[in-house]
Amino acid sequence: MSNKHIEVLEEVVIKFAGDSGDGMQLTGGQFTNTAALFGNDLGTFPDFPAEIRAPQGTVAGVSGYQLNFGSKEIFTPGDKCDVLVAMNAAALKVNLYNLKKGGIIIANTAGFDTKNLKLSGYEKNPIEDGSLEGFNLIKVDVTRMTRDATEDIQLGIKEKDRCKNMFVLGFLYWMFDRPLENTINFINGKFSKLAEVREANLRALKAGYNYGDTTETFTTRYHVEKAKMEPGTYRNIMGNQALTLGMVAAAQKSGLPLFLGAYPITPASEILHELAKYKNFGIRTFQAEDEIAAICSAIGASFGGSLGATTTSGPGMALKIEAMGLAVMLEIPLLICNIQRGGPSTGLPTKTEQADLLQALYGRNGECPMPVVAAKSPADCFYAVFEAVRIAVQHMTPVILLSDGYIANGAEPWKYPSSSDLEEIKVAFAKPMENGEKFMPYSRDEKLARPWAVPGTKGLEHRIGGLEKANITGNISYEPENHEFMVKLREEKVERIADYIPLQVLDSGPDKGELLILGWGGTYGSIKAAAKDLQDEGYKVAHAHLRHLKPFPKNLGELLNNYDKVIIPEINNGQLVKVIRDKYMIPAIAFNKIQGLPIMKAELVSAIKELIG
Amino acid sequence: MTETLTANPTPEAKLTAKDFQTDQDVRWCPGCGDYSILKQVHTILPQLGLKKENIVFISGIGCSSRFPYYTDTFGMHSIHGRATAVASGLKATRPELSVWIVTGDGDALSIGGNHFIHLMRRNFDVNVLMFNNQIYGLTKGQYSPTSEENKVTKSTPYGSVDHPFNPIALALGSDATFVARSMDRDPAHLQQMLLQTWKHKGASFLEIYQNCNIYNDGAFEPFTEKATKKMNDLFMVQGQPMVYGQHDEMGIRLDGFTPQVVNLNEGFSKDDLMKHDEKDVNKAMILSRLYEMNDSEHHFPKPFGVFYTRERATYEEVMNHQIEAAVVKSGTGDLDKLLRGRETWIVA
Repeated sequence: MSNKHIEVLEEVVIKFAGDSGDGMQLTGGQFTNTAALFGNDLGTFPDFPAEIRAPQGTVAGVSGYQLNFGSKEIFTPGDKCDVLVAMNAAALKVNLYNLKKGGIIIANTAGFDTKNLKLSGYEKNPIEDGSLEGFNLIKVDVTRMTRDATEDIQLGIKEKDRCKNMFVLGFLYWMFDRPLENTINFINGKFSKLAEVREANLRALKAGYNYGDTTETFTTRYHVEKAKMEPGTYRNIMGNQALTLGMVAAAQKSGLPLFLGAYPITPASEILHELAKYKNFGIRTFQAEDEIAAICSAIGASFGGSLGATTTSGPGMALKIEAMGLAVMLEIPLLICNIQRGGPSTGLPTKTEQADLLQALYGRNGECPMPVVAAKSPADCFYAVFEAVRIAVQHMTPVILLSDGYIANGAEPWKYPSSSDLEEIKVAFAKPMENGEKFMPYSRDEKLARPWAVPGTKGLEHRIGGLEKANITGNISYEPENHEFMVKLREEKVERIADYIPLQVLDSGPDKGELLILGWGGTYGSIKAAAKDLQDEGYKVAHAHLRHLKPFPKNLGELLNNYDKVIIPEINNGQLVKVIRDKYMIPAIAFNKIQGLPIMKAELVSAIKELIG
Repeated sequence: MTETLTANPTPEAKLTAKDFQTDQDVRWCPGCGDYSILKQVHTILPQLGLKKENIVFISGIGCSSRFPYYTDTFGMHSIHGRATAVASGLKATRPELSVWIVTGDGDALSIGGNHFIHLMRRNFDVNVLMFNNQIYGLTKGQYSPTSEENKVTKSTPYGSVDHPFNPIALALGSDATFVARSMDRDPAHLQQMLLQTWKHKGASFLEIYQNCNIYNDGAFEPFTEKATKKMNDLFMVQGQPMVYGQHDEMGIRLDGFTPQVVNLNEGFSKDDLMKHDEKDVNKAMILSRLYEMNDSEHHFPKPFGVFYTRERATYEEVMNHQIEAAVVKSGTGDLDKLLRGRETWIVA
């Protein structure tokens, strides 16, 4: 060890890339957990193909996991990588463009054989022909060394080769001065019943670490100190996980039984998987026959006095639209989570996009207003869904929660709350009527919310449905004036929620100035990082990030007018920007990226510099 | 759950059919078969010993789906084809409620076909009343998924090329646990079938032939008119031989798996006949196809009554059992433990 030099870094971006069967997601996840437990701040971005096992060795089959960890505050998974792990030629081909000049490439030489080169479309071997000059190329025969390390274990070659990722992980742990314990514990737990597999993985992990330690070739190790984070107890959390916990917490804090009706769809399925585990919380999950049945069953559950919820992504959202209209007409609470992905149609199932804001706001027949709330980061999914439930049950309305594939699968450290930190969500069912008085299902309170009258309550027998309702009585009404009145009333009911949500605040920057960057959803980290850079350079740039997209906070118009210019970065072709222009009549500027990828800080910084000179 | 959510099967005061009428004008066309069905349902509801507030009617879209507005219980007139899905979520979370689904041939078998078959196989304890008039009435007369081949309607001026569904066979094929048929024009039989539908624990499917006197008048005349019904209707009675005819002189006999029509005056006795066994799914399958075997040489009657019934655990029972078992095994969920997760670290 003494001959090794340790260099201290503030922040490192590593990209793990290999075949979709190479276990890169698991490797990245393990490094992430280890970094988190050590006390680094971090952000991650898994990037994998839609196919479970895409053709081996091809560029289409490359699965990647990007991790940014640091001793300073981390807002994003990072723009360009410092380290690229390339398990094969295709992984190099796909990711090289995104490696910093002088960055480290750890290449598994066995993945650069004639077959792999051919499959990935390389004419010459890039790790031999000098084309990678300018990078720090580390060639490691991971396959051979993994086989050597596991030689005397009674396992087939295939099983042994599956441990390659652990060798690489061990090597990176050495390189970044990280302990092995967390991953050793993980392997012991995961393979507790498969002694040979457990042993092979442990051997590969340690062999990778020792390889770095003992080989003279590597003289430099890197160390990233703990981040200066707000004191408290932290855990690592992914967006879909946080969303699940938020639903459970909201159910507990409202005293309502939770019912999830869902149909499997990427990237929302994990929510169904997670919630299905929590049966001892009294949670009912129902894998419906299709997206329509999923939302309709949730409507049935809400009608019965449960917290009805449904989770989906773009194409599934499209199928739910008619039922969403019914929920608006019924005026009952319902949580609809859309984990957005690239569209239209099947689009890009595993790639992120802020694809469905306009759909959430307007995509229904008739005048069909519905509150829309967006999550901005993995941990924020917890608070966003909690807020969505609060609005749904207190204002008697379906609510759409927008997340996206990027934050759903991304991870960050989370200073998680205790249950006592969370506010109660007050819910009141309509009381029984004893003296034969007629119950009025569409009478309203000061919020314009109607009573939640659940079956089983004496005297509240009533009928509701999708036909236009007369106010107060809830009877069917085709009266011309009533329809106009009800259309406006439903709009007013949703708009009035603005009285019950916080005013918009700035995330950073001056409260008046040259430019406001207005964002929503998963672009939060990128915008925050860009704004910070610009502010550090002296630009009078502010950042505001919207949680509430319907209704907007009451002061938003005023806030927008405090800046000469407003730019709205979005991972779509310009959706929020249309709404802002329409509502506030300001010439908001669009900044769009529609590649199924997050916006990079550098892209945004340079666009803004160009804009304000 | 609060106290008000618990159903109590004993009514405080004896209810009558009138208690189930609402203040809404019934708006079906005069002469519509729906009136009779509404009346029979209102007649049997007070017999169930349920409080009104513990009964829920859920419908989809179509003429029949106006039903909840005319019945003073909890009700939802949902969207086209989805009543079954809405009811699934309600029953899963409120198993103690008596949940009824009112639907039509288009609503249940066309736009809602998918939900229908899945409701049957899952076996939620709900009652499905499917009004079959073999036409789209509310949209003014297009053919339905139960309309006969070659039917001339507004959307099929040259005759329909669709082959119709056999709703009974479809329900049996979906592993429904109660399958029966009745008709609007036989109030006594309909009431009896409604009561059996309700009594069965599990997904109960009752097909009700219902005359649409505007767009498909007389569709079921062979089964409802005095002159013809005796030779066309076979009323199945559990354990009894399959007889029908003007004077019960006709019978159905099984030759292997093949049904035959026999005349008891021509050398056959009741002992030779097929005895109705509503627990036998294979016989139910044969009976579900009986009428379709008619051709120029054979004339089979149409069976009415319970085709098939069996007990199978309901979806909501198993679902709730899983929850109870999980609580026993892991204790009631601890939110703080859940929020903490498996690994944490402290930043000082």
